[in-house]
Amino acid sequence: MIYWQLFLVFAYSNLIGFGGGPAIIPIIHHDVVEKYEWMSDQHFSESLALGNALPGPIATKMAAYVGYEQAGIIGATVAVIGAIGPTMLMMFLLVSIIMKYKHHTRVQRLTAFVLPAVTILMLQLTWQFFSSSYEGIGLFWTIGFCMASYVMMEIWKVQPMIVIVLALLAGGFLFA
Amino acid sequence: MDQKKQWQLFLSIFKAGFFAFGGGPAIIPFLQKEVVERKKLVTEEEFTTGLSLANTLPGPIATKMGGYIGYRVGGVFGLISATVATVLPSAFLMIFLLTTLNKYTKFDFVQGMTKGVLPVVTVMMFVMMLDFFKKSKKKLSVSTLVILLSASGIALFLFHVHPGIIISVLLLLALLLPVKKGDNVQ
Repeated sequence: MIYWQLFLVFAYSNLIGFGGGPAIIPIIHHDVVEKYEWMSDQHFSESLALGNALPGPIATKMAAYVGYEQAGIIGATVAVIGAIGPTMLMMFLLVSIIMKYKHHTRVQRLTAFVLPAVTILMLQLTWQFFSSSYEGIGLFWTIGFCMASYVMMEIWKVQPMIVIVLALLAGGFLFA
Repeated sequence: MDQKKQWQLFLSIFKAGFFAFGGGPAIIPFLQKEVVERKKLVTEEEFTTGLSLANTLPGPIATKMGGYIGYRVGGVFGLISATVATVLPSAFLMIFLLTTLNKYTKFDFVQGMTKGVLPVVTVMMFVMMLDFFKKSKKKLSVSTLVILLSASGIALFLFHVHPGIIISVLLLLALLLPVKKGDNVQ
């Protein structure tokens, strides 16, 4: 049954693939291209390339597209639910427990304890985004765009969404 | 839970999801700007707790964050609406573009656009990192801060320990270490 298979493929890959997109994609590729042969390798890579250019998490975009191609809107819905359902349920349970005990001192100090690790995590993300920008458009443009957006957002206090729209347009014309 | 707030929640998360170019985690600074700073739907504290919990679980970070914020603001209905708001724009765009255009070369402009946005997201991540650093300084003593920062830094960059594991360990420490007097977090 195609719906069940779609659900399983995306539930499994998202539960196993700790660490976001890069960890999940190879597993999805294996199931979609090799195991079930829903897509050719070429078609998979092309969809992935477009998916990477669009906003949002890659796992749900791939789920939506593969699901849609195999079984229409219902297929897309089932695949997306597979991709996010199980981990969402876990998140929901974890948060309910934390909220239930939120008045305990131990729970209240949770945030304080993880702050340094979250700082380091953001540093890593900053570095990752800087590196992919460097790979895409080189050091000169990366630093130029970084400085321009810093001045706009942090000094002139322009709304980030406006800066993003400007960067999208500039990117489309300069780097296409 | 009034309708107006539910609608505000949906729109804020939809907007953040729509602008999060460059992969799932790109949504983090946009969510923070929209949901914490502009609409004040959740507090900084709640946001940070959600971010750290989300990092300890598998699956895309964007939907877990969206779902978490939705649940805190609007219960189970909020959770569902926020999840739809995170997934729908990009899923729709993906299906729409791939089924209407079939020549791969036509995506060049879209890919150029994403390249232009990456530096902006880099800056937003950087600013957020500075914020978290300032908050850590306020909440923890200098010695605890130095120890935790360097320990997480070494684990992540030198030993490539998964961030989810680092955060899980810290969460467990917060829950299990004995509570001292004056240990109350303000």
